[in-house]
Amino acid sequence: MADTGNNDAFVAFERVQKSYDGETLVVKDLNLTMPKGEFLTMLGPSGSGKTTCLMMLAGFETATHGEIKLDGVSINNIPPHKRGIGMVFQNYALFPHMTIAENLSFPLEVRKIGKSDRETKVKRALEMVEMGAFGGRRPSQLSGGQQQRVALARALVFEPELVLMDEPLGALDKQLREKMQFEITHLAHNLGITVVYVTHDQTEALTMSDRVAVFNDGRIQQIAPPDELYESPKNSFVAQFIGENNTLEGRVKEIKNGIAVVQLDNGDLIDAKPVNVEKPGDRTLVSIRPERVEFNRDRLKPDAHTLKAEVLEFIYMGDIFRTRLRVAGSDDFIIKTRNAPDQRRLQPGEQIEIGWLPEDCRALDAPQV
Amino acid sequence: MSDSTHTGPMLAADGTPLKRSLRRALRAQKMRALALIAPLLIFVLLTFIAPIVDMLFRSVENQIVGNTLPMTVEELRDWEATEVPDEQVFRALFFDLFLAAEAKEHTKLGSRLNYEKSGISSLFRTSGRDMGDIGEVFQDALEEIDPAFEEASTWVEMMSGGAGAEPNARLMSNQIARLEALEATTFSGDAEFLPGAAISDILPNTARAYAAFAAFTQFVDGKSVTKEEPWEAVYAALALDLEDPATKTAVASYAGPGADNLRAAAAATLPPIAMRDAFFESNKDWANVTFWETIKTYSPPYTTGYFLNAVDMEKTPQGIALRSEDERIYGILFQRTMFMSLMITFSCVALGYPVAWILANLPTRTANLLMILVLLPFWTSLLVRTSAWKVMLQQQGVINDVLVWLGLVADESRLVMINNQFGTIVAMTHILLPFMILPMYSVMQTIPPSYLRAAKSLGANNWTAFWRVYFPQSVPGIGAGSILVFILAIGYYITPEIVGGTTGTFISNRIAYHISSSLNWGLAAALGTILLAVVLILYWAYDKIVGIDNVKLG
Repeated sequence: MADTGNNDAFVAFERVQKSYDGETLVVKDLNLTMPKGEFLTMLGPSGSGKTTCLMMLAGFETATHGEIKLDGVSINNIPPHKRGIGMVFQNYALFPHMTIAENLSFPLEVRKIGKSDRETKVKRALEMVEMGAFGGRRPSQLSGGQQQRVALARALVFEPELVLMDEPLGALDKQLREKMQFEITHLAHNLGITVVYVTHDQTEALTMSDRVAVFNDGRIQQIAPPDELYESPKNSFVAQFIGENNTLEGRVKEIKNGIAVVQLDNGDLIDAKPVNVEKPGDRTLVSIRPERVEFNRDRLKPDAHTLKAEVLEFIYMGDIFRTRLRVAGSDDFIIKTRNAPDQRRLQPGEQIEIGWLPEDCRALDAPQV
Repeated sequence: MSDSTHTGPMLAADGTPLKRSLRRALRAQKMRALALIAPLLIFVLLTFIAPIVDMLFRSVENQIVGNTLPMTVEELRDWEATEVPDEQVFRALFFDLFLAAEAKEHTKLGSRLNYEKSGISSLFRTSGRDMGDIGEVFQDALEEIDPAFEEASTWVEMMSGGAGAEPNARLMSNQIARLEALEATTFSGDAEFLPGAAISDILPNTARAYAAFAAFTQFVDGKSVTKEEPWEAVYAALALDLEDPATKTAVASYAGPGADNLRAAAAATLPPIAMRDAFFESNKDWANVTFWETIKTYSPPYTTGYFLNAVDMEKTPQGIALRSEDERIYGILFQRTMFMSLMITFSCVALGYPVAWILANLPTRTANLLMILVLLPFWTSLLVRTSAWKVMLQQQGVINDVLVWLGLVADESRLVMINNQFGTIVAMTHILLPFMILPMYSVMQTIPPSYLRAAKSLGANNWTAFWRVYFPQSVPGIGAGSILVFILAIGYYITPEIVGGTTGTFISNRIAYHISSSLNWGLAAALGTILLAVVLILYWAYDKIVGIDNVKLG
């Protein structure tokens, strides 16, 4: 607790556990540190503990064990209203009986800020989210996107250093969501605030965040910048959860020069990058992104292992082609190719050979059955 | 696709106005909806709306005076109310009261006017009995002059003017109509007897009295007028007619049936007609001008008297005035009803709000369990619950026993908690509490907990978050519950009747008293109308201040 002002650990979870019923742990041994100014997204399926973590940080849930620190100070016993953390709720939680201006003025009033000061701040906050003209309206008179902006302005108006967002864009349509993603990231970076953002939408997580923490089963599976998360998933859960992914099961035959040769269950051999397999004989799940699969023999290394595949379906998706193949007994092996002028369109029934660069194919732990 | 340059009404594809096509398309739907609610609608109209309208009408209706004493009312029109009326009025009163006494309606009038002036009931009752005696003097005198006056046939013959004489049908129908009004019924069938036009001109009073007698005999008694000796009033009317020298002259030249008998009567000296003195002798209160004032004041068919009475005022010859101090009860009673209803409403809010809050914020399973406790009183009879409070609160009751046992209260100074306002407020708060909790609960259930969390995350402490964010959103529930409880309380009857004693009763208890004991339905209706008006005004005020759209019952 002596490291006050440590900018690398502005927010810190230390061995935090949470149980609601005293029998099962919803959050199991969470350790996480966040530097000031970071945009961190907690991503995971529902029930993975990400919202619980957010609520513990906000103060609405108490940690069963462990410590949560804000700017080096333990906040376990500080009530939510004294934590000074801004929060944007899933359904916005704009007070329906107050106007927009009154909603924004509320956090300033409870902080006993003078009237003229309040008015300036409210005006500035509303202008920041381009809602300056709506101060006199009621929340019910605004569209979903406008309410979202107001909720954001309200969470920012009292200038908190940390802002929490609990699936704030969940109720918006796709176009508006994409626009808001962009705006929120810009706002956060311009203001230099630290943001913890909870979502189950991986696109949102990848496009907005500095770092993404992938939650599953009460634990952080991987915490990494988006590109690293996508390209180098640490385990099979992350690989499958983030983006589209082809998986093949097999057993490690040998590991040499940083390349693992994996014998698939039907006997075929492929090259892969060993990530968390240790020795020959280990069961493994081989993961390969659809856009990294290559069926043009000329582009592969001469000594690369290849697999025989049969084209089952060709789907034209505009910017890309999506082709479903039968590979090594699996009927849902997907490859994606760019819609370029010289791109070949595969025909169903066609027999092809597919391969990839060994570093694109990752040999991960086999999922526990 | 409609062209914006088109200025007329929007047209459907076949050229009919769009509004009409729409109406036609929706008609079947509307009819079906109407058919579905029709049974309840008719039920409510017949058993609820109609009696209420009838009851409201009773609060101003006052036709009984005009129907019972039509001629007296007519004569009193120009009376100045400074001294006892003259002989003319008493003569009219004699004929009116005679008929009323025959129809046994005079006591009803007496009871009605007794509400306004006590003592008037016995005045009508005793004098009604004496009408026969007053008229008998003239009957005896006339029969002594000519025994033919004893015969029913003589009278029928004389008054009808003989066979083929021109009848005065109008006089007869007037008398039948008067009798119908008096008896509050309608008669069917033609009149057996019609007075002759010539004799009606010569003997107007006799013809009228005889026509009344004939109508009564035929329609009320169901007998034949040809076989019945006329009432004493008819003889008195004849004497009255013959008092006029002009009538005597006319009789002298009259040639119809019974002309000889009439001439004999006209030639003789009949007893003097002094109805005023006769009435004074019957009951000296007829000389009391205040009774006459009451009759005159309440002679119009509609009156504000009941309403004035209901607000502790009365009509006097000098105009409308407040009743004397010791006669005022309704103002106090209305105030007390309002005050106690408000107290009950506030108690219900104070007790019910935390309960509703707990219910709304507990997990569903626990909330449902607790809800049973809230609803439990609904499953117990109202009478049982109220009686239970009697057991709890009385001086030898559970609470006093416990207090005495604990030594908090001395045995000889046990608390008086029942048969007063306190008892009524306690018992009614308990009984009406569910009506407060349920609307509040259903409103609070719709307030997401995220509002409170949002308020706290914005820096509000628990109290501020509750008061600034949660409470304003729960106001519609408080409003709905308050309106419900207040309106139920203001008209409550059973509980104040049982635990209210004398100081804890409501206006509704007084209404019930007038309906079932004093039988002054007009006053009961006026009190009820005022109560209804008060509730409607409060409802209107509530709508203006809070807005009825904000009331949510679920």
